[in-house]
Amino acid sequence: MTGEPVLSARDLRVGYRTPKGPLWAVDGIDLDLYPGESVGLVGESGCGKSSLGRALLNLMPPGGQVRGSARVGDQDVVGASANTLRRMRGEQVALVFQEPMTRLDPLMRVSDHFVEAIRAHRPKTSKAEAHRMAQEALAQMGIPPTRVANYPHEFSGGMRQRIMIAMGIVLRPRLLIADEPTTALDVIVEAQILDILSRLRSDEQVGILLITHNLGIVAETCDRVAVMYAGKIVEIGSVEQVFNHPKHPYTQGLLASTISLDTTELHSIAGFPPDLVDPPPGCRFAPRCPDVMPHCTDAVPAFAEPEPGHRAACYLYPGAERALTGQASGPPQGQLR
Amino acid sequence: MSGIPAPTGNIIEVEDLHTHFPVRTGLFSRGSTDVVRAVDGVTFDIEAGEVFGLVGESGSGKTTLGRSLLKLVQPTSGAVRYQGRDLVPLSEKDMRPLRRELGLIFQDPNASLNPAMTIAQGVGHPLRIHDLVNGRVQVRQRVGEMLERVGLSPPDLFLDKYPEDLSGGQKQRLVIARALITHPTFVVADEPVAALDMSVRARVLELMLELQRDLGLTYLFITHDLATARFLCDRIGILYLGNLVEWGSYEKLFDSPQHPYTQALLDAIPLPDPSRRGRHRRLPAGEMPDALLMPAGCRFHPRCPEAFEPCGWEGIDLVDYLEDRWTEVDADTFEAELAATGPLDSLHVSRQEVRFPHGEPEALVRLLEELRGRGAHPLFKVLSDISRDGHGVSVTFGEGPEPDLQHVDGRQVACHLHGVVPRERDDGK
Repeated sequence: MTGEPVLSARDLRVGYRTPKGPLWAVDGIDLDLYPGESVGLVGESGCGKSSLGRALLNLMPPGGQVRGSARVGDQDVVGASANTLRRMRGEQVALVFQEPMTRLDPLMRVSDHFVEAIRAHRPKTSKAEAHRMAQEALAQMGIPPTRVANYPHEFSGGMRQRIMIAMGIVLRPRLLIADEPTTALDVIVEAQILDILSRLRSDEQVGILLITHNLGIVAETCDRVAVMYAGKIVEIGSVEQVFNHPKHPYTQGLLASTISLDTTELHSIAGFPPDLVDPPPGCRFAPRCPDVMPHCTDAVPAFAEPEPGHRAACYLYPGAERALTGQASGPPQGQLR
Repeated sequence: MSGIPAPTGNIIEVEDLHTHFPVRTGLFSRGSTDVVRAVDGVTFDIEAGEVFGLVGESGSGKTTLGRSLLKLVQPTSGAVRYQGRDLVPLSEKDMRPLRRELGLIFQDPNASLNPAMTIAQGVGHPLRIHDLVNGRVQVRQRVGEMLERVGLSPPDLFLDKYPEDLSGGQKQRLVIARALITHPTFVVADEPVAALDMSVRARVLELMLELQRDLGLTYLFITHDLATARFLCDRIGILYLGNLVEWGSYEKLFDSPQHPYTQALLDAIPLPDPSRRGRHRRLPAGEMPDALLMPAGCRFHPRCPEAFEPCGWEGIDLVDYLEDRWTEVDADTFEAELAATGPLDSLHVSRQEVRFPHGEPEALVRLLEELRGRGAHPLFKVLSDISRDGHGVSVTFGEGPEPDLQHVDGRQVACHLHGVVPRERDDGK
């Protein structure tokens, strides 16, 4: 990868207080993302992938806490002031959600959303100039210039998602975080939206973090993929490495259970993900793992690198045992307040 | 296909089924009603013991069709023969004895399980409704057997729990247990695994197949997911805006799709295989329209990558084409062409005609003739006339019939590419 990463997360943690007790939904994650690169973050419900996406913009619900560091450009999002964060969102990093309608004000014309968003960052922009920028960004997403003054309800679901992406990129941020951007859409519209994201990446060198439960989407659109399980990244590598030669038993199980057009036999993973209020000791997948060994529950495995750029946190591969001798980072430090 | 109550192995025969809903249009449109044609002339059959997949996107009418077969919504016209007997004219009273033979598995467990009932009460409820048991002890016994069957064992662990105590996958097993407790013969399963994570989805599908074998069930499996349909179903029907556009065996549909919409759905599926990335795909434009704005002719024609002259081009298609074009031209060209057409909300648009009363007639005629001359879009081939009309311009379109189902290579397809076969309609009265 070339140049400086647009995103660099180190030991990132996201904690919540729940009625059952405090938990780390994201529990110590390192991740780098480079300009023009698309990284898929996959996992099942509750693995922490959405919490991670929000943490990168420090968009936390009340009681949510972010620790560690997440640098976007040269600014650390964690601990940044409200003012700094406001400036960064939109100018340096944009977030696209699953349900666009909840992010658009039904009483505001689409053009006014743009004027507001643009002027919040660049107060001196004239209304005419903001309109021109809106029109250009929308046309790039396939929305006709004649529709710019319509209200959100006058658009279909796919068009609304295009509008959200257009708003996200109008100030030309270098990083786009897309959290299940197509999950509410039908498969054809999904493919259209994914095409748009791919074009943004190749034409404008936007770095994209694509958060999804759908392995097919990742294989179609991403350069690299990070697989999350119970708050941790368990495997990361290029899509070719991870899809063709998955190393972590969870990744192997997840790929096997994915139903595709070639599926001739059904597979599933036994058991259920752990309760993060009281996670199991050592590797969190151990209780469900078909390849479990006695020492798997001794300590959280460190990342092994079975091939260059392809890492898996699993004792099946040499290097992971560093955790057992205390050379790698141990369990989370610091209490959730 | 139609008319003959065949002595085949068909458990369900659907013939020209229509389910229409009246809707009020607009907030203040007192009394004026339009009709949503959710199911609009569907004909197919389901063989006893098969899994028939009904595949469609949201808004295709697949859920309404499934419910129409069970008479959970009343069809407007047509026939649904269940074991030879037409359910459509039956009263609810006459339906009641049949209800226990007809099951429904919902997508959302929380919508089909009463949170205030224990599992014994909730799953056993249908037994009580149909008066199939005497007393609480027998209910518990029957529920216990069914829980064991769906893999919730030992049943004693579950009988007195509440649905909220269970995980998503377990809840879905509960929904299946409730649907099957009366030993139905025909079961409609509406997106039964869509809400489940991949790693548990397979277990529920395996359970459904196992129960099908053990209990001799016939399923109508409703889904938006072609990959699951391919794995699970014997035959598949593809639904678009209330119509079956193609139906037949899964091999036929997947190996050689004959309707461009089927092809598009197959092309659009994201494959978990990086080596297939960048394969040739032809994605349709736009989205499925609102069922109130049903396109003329073939309903798929405005989005179809292979649409040609007879497909049903109409006024709104010209407006959509221009708007689409304006996302690609530069700002000056857009302004000039918008001045030529006049504001789009001033146009009079109908099936046969578009009138542009407020533009610049000369510039507009020049633009339209230029677009027609270079065949910018198939719709220009069926523009029958571009004429000055007082101060404005008027554009008229020729006819385009709606395609009927026809036999092509061992399956039924409704598409003019295989020969123009117009459909006769009685408008579902």
